[in-house]
Amino acid sequence: MSAFRQISSVTAMNLRSMPQRIGSSSVIVVGIAGVVAVMLSIFALTRSLSDAVLATGSPDRAIVLRAGATGEFSSTLLVDAVATIKDAPGIARGADGKPAATADFVAAVNLFRKEDGARAGLAVRGVDPAIMAVRPELEIVAGRSFTPGLRELIVGRSALEEFKDVGVGDSVALRDGRWTVVGVFESGRDANESSLMTDAATLLSAYQRTAVNSVTVRLASPNAFEEFKTALTTNPTLSVSVERETEFYRRASKDANQIFGIVGIAVGIFMGLGAVFAALNTMYSAVSVRTREIATLRAIGFGAAGVVVSVLVEALLLALIGAAIGAAISWLLFNGNTVTLGDSTGSMVFDMQVTPALLLLGVLLACSVGFIGGLLPAVRAARLPVATALRAV
Amino acid sequence: MKYFPLLWAGLWRRRGSTVLTLLSVIFAFALFGLLHGFSAALDGIIDAMSDTRLRTMSRVNITQPLPLAHRARMQTVPGVDEVSYYNFFAGYYQDRSNSVQVGAIDVASFNVVYPDIKIEPQYVDAMLHTRNGALVGEDLAAARGWKIGDRIPLGSAVWTRKDGTESWDFEIVGSYRSPSGKVPTSELWINYDYFDEARAAANGTVTLYFVKIHDSASAAAISERIDGLFANSTNETQTQSEKDWVRAQIAQIGDIGFFVNAIIAAVMFALLFVTGNTMMQSVRARIPELAVLKTYGFGDTAVMCLVLGESVLLCSVAAALGIGIAAVISPPIYREFGAGGLNLPLPVVAAGIGLAVVFAIVSAAVPALRAQRLSIVDALAGR
Repeated sequence: MSAFRQISSVTAMNLRSMPQRIGSSSVIVVGIAGVVAVMLSIFALTRSLSDAVLATGSPDRAIVLRAGATGEFSSTLLVDAVATIKDAPGIARGADGKPAATADFVAAVNLFRKEDGARAGLAVRGVDPAIMAVRPELEIVAGRSFTPGLRELIVGRSALEEFKDVGVGDSVALRDGRWTVVGVFESGRDANESSLMTDAATLLSAYQRTAVNSVTVRLASPNAFEEFKTALTTNPTLSVSVERETEFYRRASKDANQIFGIVGIAVGIFMGLGAVFAALNTMYSAVSVRTREIATLRAIGFGAAGVVVSVLVEALLLALIGAAIGAAISWLLFNGNTVTLGDSTGSMVFDMQVTPALLLLGVLLACSVGFIGGLLPAVRAARLPVATALRAV
Repeated sequence: MKYFPLLWAGLWRRRGSTVLTLLSVIFAFALFGLLHGFSAALDGIIDAMSDTRLRTMSRVNITQPLPLAHRARMQTVPGVDEVSYYNFFAGYYQDRSNSVQVGAIDVASFNVVYPDIKIEPQYVDAMLHTRNGALVGEDLAAARGWKIGDRIPLGSAVWTRKDGTESWDFEIVGSYRSPSGKVPTSELWINYDYFDEARAAANGTVTLYFVKIHDSASAAAISERIDGLFANSTNETQTQSEKDWVRAQIAQIGDIGFFVNAIIAAVMFALLFVTGNTMMQSVRARIPELAVLKTYGFGDTAVMCLVLGESVLLCSVAAALGIGIAAVISPPIYREFGAGGLNLPLPVVAAGIGLAVVFAIVSAAVPALRAQRLSIVDALAGR
């Protein structure tokens, strides 16, 4: 008999006998389902958060901050600097011939979340009238845009869904009094959609400020970035850092994910190790139940390979069943859930997605636990001394 | 106690299986300790917060500063003992990514408002006489190896000096600690007067006020009075007790409790399966031995208790080890979350052991009953 036929027949025979060990087999299934459900949920949370943050950036935009600033809140740019930045080469022009650039002033306001009534911060972003030329993805879907000079706001759809009292016609108390919401905008559920927007000059005067936080420009083409950056960083009157917007948001998403990363890794290591030991336990007992069968097979001439493969296949099959159950739990509980995370300076609303890539990751995770859990018992099964094993039973 | 050797021998009867079960239970309880410990530590922070201390900040948002002139008016509110203030500094050491929590305070009034933080009188004195002096929290000092007499150059991510530079030099003249151990001491405190004079913008403003009041029962009324003073001004305030404020901050992060409990439930469910199965197999393999015990005169209940006892012994030893691991690795993780100096709360240890015993009994219930009902003749005959 060929080695392949030996292996497949031993494996098939073992699989047929699996229902007899359903009790101990369920340990590996439940253990792995737990690990996969928890890990997929944590990964889906971090992945979806960073996707939403990353979606905000575009390779044909650049963001200018004060040199050394790590984010918008730690950056200030004075009026003179803003004018110089807007004059730099490489910036696209809007329909009116003006540079597609916006100098943003970012404040924050406390509002109440719909879901739990908790008070949370929401960003209020003052932007230049050229914002539509800089961010063409921005679209007014209800009401109208704000009028510069008036205390008017527009609200992102994500913010509208999650926060109370920010609908069209509502008023929001900012530093100098009440501002009216006059429209709703969408921008592909990115970070901006979790904010309120208004005219920068109007907001600056309300807050008695003269400096903005950042300047964002749309480049004539993605390739114009180097030209733009060089022009600004070699200008002796400026002290700024220039980043491609995609890079800026990549850094932002890294920061946002750091905490969840620590939690995810800690939980993953502990649950994973726990599951590996549970799997080892199950497979050792599966092998010990099969002692007589394995010894008989070896006695009549079957090779060790068939025995090893049959144990590994059993472990992997149980792991896959566990992975399917775990992935289903995570998908049913969390796919499409809207999550709001934030602190007092702003919030981020996004949808959790348990993507096919994550499901694949769950399967890989389960298979590695199953493989490790099956390997040692498989080796023991193969090394079973035939004569002793037959006598012992 | 005299049955202990018997329990011990029973556990080691199937050595491999026991060791593997022990290990999976250890990791499950390590995870329990970490997660439950984290949410308990957060609750501990809330409990440690005073309700005879209020926080007043801008109604719009904490990023919006309040004028220092508010203080004098707040002090006129009946029931207010003292008003102190604080300004965020957004400090970093050497590198921007290496942030240090720094607060600009007024030491004299701060000491009155925060009796639960201990600053030695000579350190208060040193702060008052050293303009660029700084007080280092015990945890921060331990984490960074800073000590009294050190000169610490810090950068600020937000504040530029009037001379246009971003670097600030501070001299550590003292330290502070929390005798109860419940208040994190991971900040560096600098003199507000020095900071305010040197910064280029927002002079004469503060991030928030601390208000010490006589009586916790009047917290709501006094909060209302204070906010009423500034209603309809450009700098409206929002006053809350410190406890409520911290609770709201934690609620803002999102629903941590739900995630933690969901994970713990998943882990515990899986655990019940593992231990239940091990005990089941262990009893099945030892049916003849249990029958021999009964033959020697052990009663049905005694045999049942032996099986339960083995399970309880296994689970509680594993739980103790697992929670021990959690206790060792928790403090560094809390530090990552900005809560340095906290330890795994003791009630978590007790809850873990208690949970382990319940688990042990539940998972061994079926095999224990089986052992109790065992008939000697059938068992010895292998039927």
